[in-house]
Amino acid sequence: MAEIIIHNAGKTYGKTTIMQGIDLHIANGEFVVILGPSGCGKSSLLRMIAGLEEISEGQIQIAGTVVNALEPRERGCAMVFQNYALYPHMTVAENIGYALKVAGVAKAERLARVQATAASVGLGDFLDRKPGQLSGGQRQRVAMARAIIREPKVFLFDEPLSNLDAKLRVQMRHEIRKIHNRIGATSIFVTHDQHEGMTLADRLVVMNKGTIEQIGTPSEIYDQPASLYVAGFIGSPAMNILPGHVSIARRGVVLEDDSEVPVALPAGLPDGHLVQLGIRPEHATLVAPGQGSFDARLDMIEELGATRQCNLIFEDIPFCLLTEDRPALHPGATVGVRVAPERVHLFDAGTGRRIAPATAAVRQGREQPVS
Amino acid sequence: MIERTPLLNIATHLILILGLVIILVPIWLAFVAATHTLQAVNSAPVEFWPGDQLWPNLKEAWVQSDFGPKFVNTLIVSTGVVVGKITLACITAFALVFFTFRGRMLIFWAIFITLMLPLEVRIVPTYAVAANALSPFQTIMDATGISWLIATLSGVEVALEWNLLNSYTGLILPLVATATGTFLYRQFFLTIPDELVEAARMDGAGPLRFLWDVLIPLSKTNIAALATIMFVYAWNQYLWPLLVITDRATYGMVVVQLSDLVPDQLTTGGGTPTWHLAMAATLVVMLPPIVIVIFMQRWFVRGLINTDK
Repeated sequence: MAEIIIHNAGKTYGKTTIMQGIDLHIANGEFVVILGPSGCGKSSLLRMIAGLEEISEGQIQIAGTVVNALEPRERGCAMVFQNYALYPHMTVAENIGYALKVAGVAKAERLARVQATAASVGLGDFLDRKPGQLSGGQRQRVAMARAIIREPKVFLFDEPLSNLDAKLRVQMRHEIRKIHNRIGATSIFVTHDQHEGMTLADRLVVMNKGTIEQIGTPSEIYDQPASLYVAGFIGSPAMNILPGHVSIARRGVVLEDDSEVPVALPAGLPDGHLVQLGIRPEHATLVAPGQGSFDARLDMIEELGATRQCNLIFEDIPFCLLTEDRPALHPGATVGVRVAPERVHLFDAGTGRRIAPATAAVRQGREQPVS
Repeated sequence: MIERTPLLNIATHLILILGLVIILVPIWLAFVAATHTLQAVNSAPVEFWPGDQLWPNLKEAWVQSDFGPKFVNTLIVSTGVVVGKITLACITAFALVFFTFRGRMLIFWAIFITLMLPLEVRIVPTYAVAANALSPFQTIMDATGISWLIATLSGVEVALEWNLLNSYTGLILPLVATATGTFLYRQFFLTIPDELVEAARMDGAGPLRFLWDVLIPLSKTNIAALATIMFVYAWNQYLWPLLVITDRATYGMVVVQLSDLVPDQLTTGGGTPTWHLAMAATLVVMLPPIVIVIFMQRWFVRGLINTDK
């Protein structure tokens, strides 16, 4: 059991800086997911924690010990790799028990622990097989068992589910969470899949270009994205972003075609300030033309079963909304879009950072009739 | 590629059969010659069917060439070359692939260049070194003035000498010191995924543990292939043993002994050439490499079927 404190960590290769200023405090037993696109440095960060890559600057502490100079085996971490990295010439039992063998655990105890661990991940009947004779999901379990058996202080997962098919991925996701709940070791899980991130995490860390964009619970990240980047990255379909400027007089944001979206403006925001308006597809509704905040042209409707995804065009910007209705509309039709004011996100057009709405104004906005 | 073209099939098979005949006919002729008497072998039409003199011929060739101890010698040298080569190749490639250190590429290229210098090309300098394995060090010490320094300071004249002529070491070492095996291993080690290396590190295995527990078991087929190639290579050595061994009675190798049986102006002195004995000896000398190849081939095939991916 261990808490992890990362202080101002950075990574440089020669003169290229790929990561800098990483500050992260992970509590004991927490399940943290590091989320980001490929190349954002999330795997490097994980490997720095594991000790597979050197830390160029800053400090990493595991359970109160600075581990910068420690070998991986001395850090008490176990890791599950993307391609499982099982030893192909060893049986499942040998694979699972290898760490114990290296550690010099007596054979009888080793066998007992291998059997218990294998049984706990449903591999009891496969101990004599070679990895080559297992399916993807089974190999994944072996990789998990190999990590579990060491009873590590910290569990590291490097995109462990990305080689599985969609159904198995969901199933293994649940199992990973269950194992975490049972073992309670501090876990760090790296993925580029936002569904995995949202469902697994106690806290999410969103990374972009070697820096941390936002740290928060999945709902915080979803409800209050700290930047345009996070807003666009989390949520599917992605959040719609419309440019506009603040109008105090019209108590909202004026869009490019001079239509206005009511927003609970925080105090102190100057009139005419350029902003980006973020609207999630599920927070906009389809209304008759002229009845909503602005009008747009319908491009296509995609059937998703439970909902319909309407792809609209507003001033040459694609705008997507989800509706549970079945609108009898044809492509090319003009429609109105109504936006719930308390659900609108406001970002500074220059910095891309979130402009936090005043809470009082949010309540007030909710009571206002939608214009 | 699967094509159903009967004509092409017949043609390819004919080519294969032709190749087989080209390879087998000389061996058959050797076998036939080994089964006849001196007179029959040297009579005008070449015999094409075996006679009944195989056993006596084998016995006489064996005794005349003193094959008993020579086989033991050759076996010692070949085994030494195989073991030495595999060990050297394995640890060299291990260092080159899995460690980063200063001058790694320089060392790699230095090893690479030896590929272009087979033993036959550098046989004179190799002989000089074998005559005194420490002579390179002596040269370095003389050139840098270290030996002068020692001589002036202590009054001791430094004269290093380690003679490898007429020894198993002298026979084995120059055959071990080539780059082929190192390359085979390097290519194999390069195919080992990084994640496997990292998994072993996470499991707490140090470099030697990783080499022993993971790399060597995974390279079994490589070892088998290299062992076969090196065994046959060492067994068939002629020029180097001829040069480095003057004490033929003690350290003679079979191929050199065999060459003595092959009739030429020197050995027969104008008498009737004893082809029947030469061929009988050839059969005996060929046997161990053939056995090794046949035996090891099963290993290759097993290794190829069991590709644990």
